[in-house]
Amino acid sequence: MVAIEAEGLRRTYKTHTGTFRRRAKEIEAVRGIDFEVPEGELFGLLGPNGAGKTTTIKMLITLLIPTAGTARVLGLDVVKNPTEVRKRIGYVFGGERGVYERLSGYDNLRYFAELYGVPPGEQKRRIEELLELVGLKGREHERAEGYSRGMKQRLHVARGLLHDPEVIFLDEPTIGLDPVGARDVRATIASLTEAGKTVLLTTHYMFEADALCDRIAVITRGEIVATGTPEDLKRGVAEGTVVEVEVYGVGDETVERVRGIGGVTAVAVEERDQAQVLVVQTGPGAELTQAILGCLNGSDVGRISHREPTLEDAYVALVSSE
Amino acid sequence: MSTLRFVLVSWKLQFKMIMRSPFDGIGNVIYPLFFATTAFFVFRAGNSPRTLIYASLGAAVMGMWSSVSTSAGSAMQRERWWGTLELLVAAPRHFSLVLFPSTLGLATVGIYNLTATLLWGRFAFGIPLTIEHPLLFALSIVGTVLAFAGLGLLFAVSFVRFRAAWVLGNFFEYPVWLICGFLVPLALLPEWVRPISWVLAPTWGMSAIRESALGGTPLPDLLLCLGLGTVYVAFAVLVTNRVLYDARARGSLSLT
Repeated sequence: MVAIEAEGLRRTYKTHTGTFRRRAKEIEAVRGIDFEVPEGELFGLLGPNGAGKTTTIKMLITLLIPTAGTARVLGLDVVKNPTEVRKRIGYVFGGERGVYERLSGYDNLRYFAELYGVPPGEQKRRIEELLELVGLKGREHERAEGYSRGMKQRLHVARGLLHDPEVIFLDEPTIGLDPVGARDVRATIASLTEAGKTVLLTTHYMFEADALCDRIAVITRGEIVATGTPEDLKRGVAEGTVVEVEVYGVGDETVERVRGIGGVTAVAVEERDQAQVLVVQTGPGAELTQAILGCLNGSDVGRISHREPTLEDAYVALVSSE
Repeated sequence: MSTLRFVLVSWKLQFKMIMRSPFDGIGNVIYPLFFATTAFFVFRAGNSPRTLIYASLGAAVMGMWSSVSTSAGSAMQRERWWGTLELLVAAPRHFSLVLFPSTLGLATVGIYNLTATLLWGRFAFGIPLTIEHPLLFALSIVGTVLAFAGLGLLFAVSFVRFRAAWVLGNFFEYPVWLICGFLVPLALLPEWVRPISWVLAPTWGMSAIRESALGGTPLPDLLLCLGLGTVYVAFAVLVTNRVLYDARARGSLSLT
């Protein structure tokens, strides 16, 4: 059975410019996306900041009304049956917000257990289990304001699971966490599908999606540009080569010139220490180093290297193509 | 049963949060004493003990009202800042039920305001504290707290839709002191103001508290106060879904 379905899902926001001469402007955050997530799958929505990931998730969890299209969770329409959808889903987002800081971790969970109607007889056991699962046992009676970012994040995860939801939405759950904290949260996420839950995860970390997801949809500028298993996406760029050129002070114009070279599939600029690195992906069999250097005429050029494409390159190619 | 339990647990936790904020706490402790002192100095000119008790009770309800009107708005604003508003909306419970314990918690703080004002009047200004009908007095206070919570709920629902509506809470603070006869008898107000006073539960709550303390017939006032409180709650429940739909359509829930 399909757990999450989106058909032509679209969302625009109205915003204003100017103070006295206010002009309304429409921003298309999600431009008609379609996808299906079968029950028990861990599905990743991967994209850069502002790609429309959070907007998509908020439509699915009934916090935003879609401008067009439909979305169903466990067969229930998110606009027509919001209460029924809310009973069956859990929602966890990244960052430090969403916690009652003046209450203890335990009281936070107790409040949300009541809010979700967890039967009184089960509450204590359930809260204890989840504190154990997310590693907050022993700290649960301290006020949440004293928790580290990682602890707050784990408290979020426990909160989202209190009512044992069938479908769980995780919106960038490891954002801003240190590597150990992020690894702990990822381990908890991996255990959810083992327990038979359906999970929709948004992230902009490629390796996270690669490590956790059964399937990934890459979203950029409000549109899904690729869907498949992590292996499918890797295959899309496996044939080409990546040229990395260390440069100092390269401008947008130069990047555009490089992008215009025949055989170049994607160009990205990464900041590394004092230098920038121009990462150029080329198609199979193309030897474009000279052509690239020709475009950099006048710029200071450092080390030049060639390497095999990685999954991250696949992602960069997808999100940077027009 | 589950609903009642939710309201009780939620009220307790809301109350815990209010009590744990030193800033709110100091405000709640000191504010009513200032109201009371101002009222006592103004009314002392009248030189009648009855007038002073009248003023004392008025100042006490002023404190209660201030607690609800200003804090209901800032409580919603805080939910936005904390990022918890979306979590409350995303929960399956009816949103008005989620908000009610919060405004009830604030109205409960008002009971402290009332007690502190009366004691301040007694010990700092020597105003006698004689209550003619203690039971009815207690009932009037509870009824007024509930009606204030109902009105606070109505405010809170509008604060969810309009981000800047917390300013409205502050705006309502002073006019209600005047319009609902906290310090000045309604008879002194212009005729056209009276219908506004009649539809505001604080008018009847104030009157019930005074009637029961000074000797009179507080029951009709108390019933009117509770009746209006119920109307506010019913109205808030009715508009909540509409307001939330609008906020979800505009995408304003996550804004701070």
